[in-house]
Amino acid sequence: MIKTIQQEVKDHPFFKEMPADVTDLIAGCGKNLRFNAGEHIAKQGTPADQFYLVREGTIAIKLHVPGRGAVFIQTAEPGEIVGWSWLFPPYQWMFDVDAQTDVALIALDGLCLRNKCDADPKLGYDLMKRFSQVLAERIGHTRLQLLDVYG
Amino acid sequence: MDKSPHEWMTPTFVPILQVRPESSDTFSIELESEHFPSPGQFNMLYVFGVGEVPISVSRAKASRYIHTIRSVGAVTQALRKLKTGDLVGVRGPFGRGWPIEKAKGRDLLILAGGIGLAPLRPILDEAARNIEQFKNVTLLYGARKPSDCLFKEDWENWERAGINILATVDATETNWNRSVGVVTKLIPKVKFDPANAISFVCGPEIMMLFCVEALNNQGMEEHNIYLSMERNMKCAVGYCGHCQFGVDFICKQGPVFPYPALKSRLKVREI
Ligand SMILES: Cc1cc2nc3c(=O)[nH]c(=O)nc-3n(C[C@H](O)[C@H](O)[C@H](O)COP(=O)(O)OP(=O)(O)OC[C@H]3O[C@@H](n4cnc5c(N)ncnc54)[C@H](O)[C@@H]3O)c2cc1C
Repeated sequence: MIKTIQQEVKDHPFFKEMPADVTDLIAGCGKNLRFNAGEHIAKQGTPADQFYLVREGTIAIKLHVPGRGAVFIQTAEPGEIVGWSWLFPPYQWMFDVDAQTDVALIALDGLCLRNKCDADPKLGYDLMKRFSQVLAERIGHTRLQLLDVYG
Repeated sequence: MDKSPHEWMTPTFVPILQVRPESSDTFSIELESEHFPSPGQFNMLYVFGVGEVPISVSRAKASRYIHTIRSVGAVTQALRKLKTGDLVGVRGPFGRGWPIEKAKGRDLLILAGGIGLAPLRPILDEAARNIEQFKNVTLLYGARKPSDCLFKEDWENWERAGINILATVDATETNWNRSVGVVTKLIPKVKFDPANAISFVCGPEIMMLFCVEALNNQGMEEHNIYLSMERNMKCAVGYCGHCQFGVDFICKQGPVFPYPALKSRLKVREI
């Protein structure tokens, strides 16, 4: 059965326990995207006007390091989200996003969402809390990686 | 122990049958042995005039076994210089290993970080040989980079036998079609029945602590989580106290412990 964007957004763990009328509102800023393995999804330094909910496949997050090329620092898989640069100025991708396998995503339009958050601070606060949780988790993981525990 | 303490303190000198590089800083040596250690046990390996170190058995076969060693300091670097035919002093096998019998009929999650895969390889070998005795067997492995991943040539055999392998590295600049990120991120991807599952964990202590937390979050009960501990050792037979960890001697009561036995002490910074 093919799910609608509304259903995909509602079922995505990032939006867990959000009322359906709110996820429907958010889904109004969404569209389905597909990429083949190896394709670029977003490029470091370019305008970040959306973020992605991973539905199928694996996304590779890479940092471009001058002289070294792309350093692959993280994967994101179904149930995860990618991208928060759309939330804060200067609204630019801080890393490259590539399709590691064939992927299916829902892209949510950042500007559309920011406008909805400005108009409805309750929604804005709820979304901020969800993003903060993801950010805190990623910081925790990054700290562990920085410790270089296997080194 | 069937030998007297004096006998356990005397190394037997055995020739190295084979040396094999595993990664840039890790290598394996194969030794002849009359013992058949159980998975998770270790030997004390002695290099003439340099010193002695505890090293787990990373594979046991009839009349021989393999040790996989990461060269980090004086003794392990000296071991690395040895060649086929050179003699190594061996005492052991020592310690209590993994409670494999408790894993039978249950989902088994094996979590390893870096060189921590070495003491778990005998468990994976056993699970691959007798996969029907377990429910789902999953290996979750974390390493620094793809070229540091150990025993890659075994992965295919294990997967063919039905073991699910999820591996992750901290970062990579080369082609790698598995995960990138911390090993704890892999845990929610494993489907297991928390009421009928057991987990064996070996790696850096901090990694093990984060793994316990992540396993707990997925419903795994603490008494079903086993950790292999490392502490400096000297005698390996419970006399000298070098490896004392609170009330336990790692060499004798361990190195493998159920998490609840360690829990309160792991949080004490001084031990
Ligand atoms: C029960 C048990 C089983 C073990 N099994 C294995 C095994 O299968 N393979 C293996 O390679 N090692 C294993 N170890 C760890 C191994 O015993 C030590 O790495 C070894 O004793 C180091 O001795 P060294 O003389 O080479 O280094 P040292 O001269 O003692 O230390 C040199 C430097 O290395 C650091 N160092 C010491 N130990 C470690 C370590 N474990 N990890 C990272 N840095 C370290 C020290 O802090 C120091 O800075 C095991 C330890 C225990 C207690």
